[in-house]
Amino acid sequence: MAYVQGELPLAIVEGARITRMPKDLYIPPDALEVILDAFEGPLDLLLYLIRRQNLDIIQINVAEITRQYMDYIKLLESMRFELAAEYLVIAAMLAEIKSRALLPKMLTYDNGEEEEDPRAELIRRLLEYEKVKLCAEILDQVPRIERDFYIVEAQRPEIEVRILPPSIDLAELVLAFNGLLLSAKLSAAHEIEWESLSIRDQMNEVLKRLSDRAELTFPDLFVPDQGRAGLVVSFLAILELAREGLIVLVQTAPGRQIYIRKPEYD
Amino acid sequence: MTELELKLILEGALFSGREPMMIFQMKRLFGDQKAPTEGMLRRALQSLSDDYADRAVRLVEVAGGFRFQINQEITPYIANLSDDKPGKYSNATLETLAMIAYRQPVTRGEIEAIRGVAVNTYIIRTLEERGWINVVGRKEVPGRPALLATTAQFLNDFGLKSLEELPVAEALVSAPTKVLSDQVGASSE
Repeated sequence: MAYVQGELPLAIVEGARITRMPKDLYIPPDALEVILDAFEGPLDLLLYLIRRQNLDIIQINVAEITRQYMDYIKLLESMRFELAAEYLVIAAMLAEIKSRALLPKMLTYDNGEEEEDPRAELIRRLLEYEKVKLCAEILDQVPRIERDFYIVEAQRPEIEVRILPPSIDLAELVLAFNGLLLSAKLSAAHEIEWESLSIRDQMNEVLKRLSDRAELTFPDLFVPDQGRAGLVVSFLAILELAREGLIVLVQTAPGRQIYIRKPEYD
Repeated sequence: MTELELKLILEGALFSGREPMMIFQMKRLFGDQKAPTEGMLRRALQSLSDDYADRAVRLVEVAGGFRFQINQEITPYIANLSDDKPGKYSNATLETLAMIAYRQPVTRGEIEAIRGVAVNTYIIRTLEERGWINVVGRKEVPGRPALLATTAQFLNDFGLKSLEELPVAEALVSAPTKVLSDQVGASSE
């Protein structure tokens, strides 16, 4: 099977075998969109242009890079692609650097220092961006879950949770029941029926009894059957009647009998 | 309890779930019994890890604790079983993630300033949905932009114990701050 095969030509153009990519490969216009997509923005495009010349960023030839960059931009414009504003910003920056480089160097006379290299800002940004690109590449190489390794997981045994009813001792049951009875006794309630005694009724009663008699003694008015509550109500009724002037209370001397009489109307 | 018994209990527990297990969670394995000390647990884990030295799975420690994972050399074979291959992230997504991982906490504006292009909202959302980044605060500058940082999930998924373990390219960026947006905690279940 083994036979030596010559280097395969990439293409044969007008009879000549082309084995190497031409240095400045012509980019068909249709591919431009694709190319623009391949770059992560103007800094990426610039970096590509610089690296293609194997140049150190610090030593970039702004004039040359600007020319190449502008070639891309012009091509894109001629294709009427909507250019992202970021690309134009960098183009403006390049143009500024180029024009400043054309001017004679200014010396600031107060400290004799040279003006800052107009490329400095661009170089700083390019270096910064290159770092991020590098970080992204490194990060992409870190073994990642589901891509480079999987988590090991065994089927966890199905744990059926069965709660067994606890067993009960009969004695305990009796004890619990006794306790219940006891607490029922303690919380037993008496329903209290209120006797329908009202001061207003008692006032009427006093007046009624007084209507056929000239006077009543104090004890006459108290009905022992009605208990303590009756006593209080009767007393309040008498006070109320006296206040309203419907009866007169008479006592001849301290400690003597109190009489209740009808007021004497003039 | 002998060390062998302890090892077997830990082995079983680590195999029983997808989430990594922290030392304090391992102590809960013992219920009412007296839990082994952290030193005992770590010794048992080391011994267990040695047992698996030449197996297809290995015991690793990540931010969220310990877990078993399939060796990287074996993974491609297993991946063949699956029809859907894990998607590749675009350069834009990776660069954005790298900015957040290495410079956190950062604002979108800071990412944009360095990359020279606007950060697509879609990229941020993709990373958030993956659980790798989240908003940890707001920068006290006009507009109060959100500060983005990586999560504990990010460390777990990249097999890292802490941000210090992120591989560092020479003279890389400012030292990553130790901001962990959410500390791995009681994720026992």
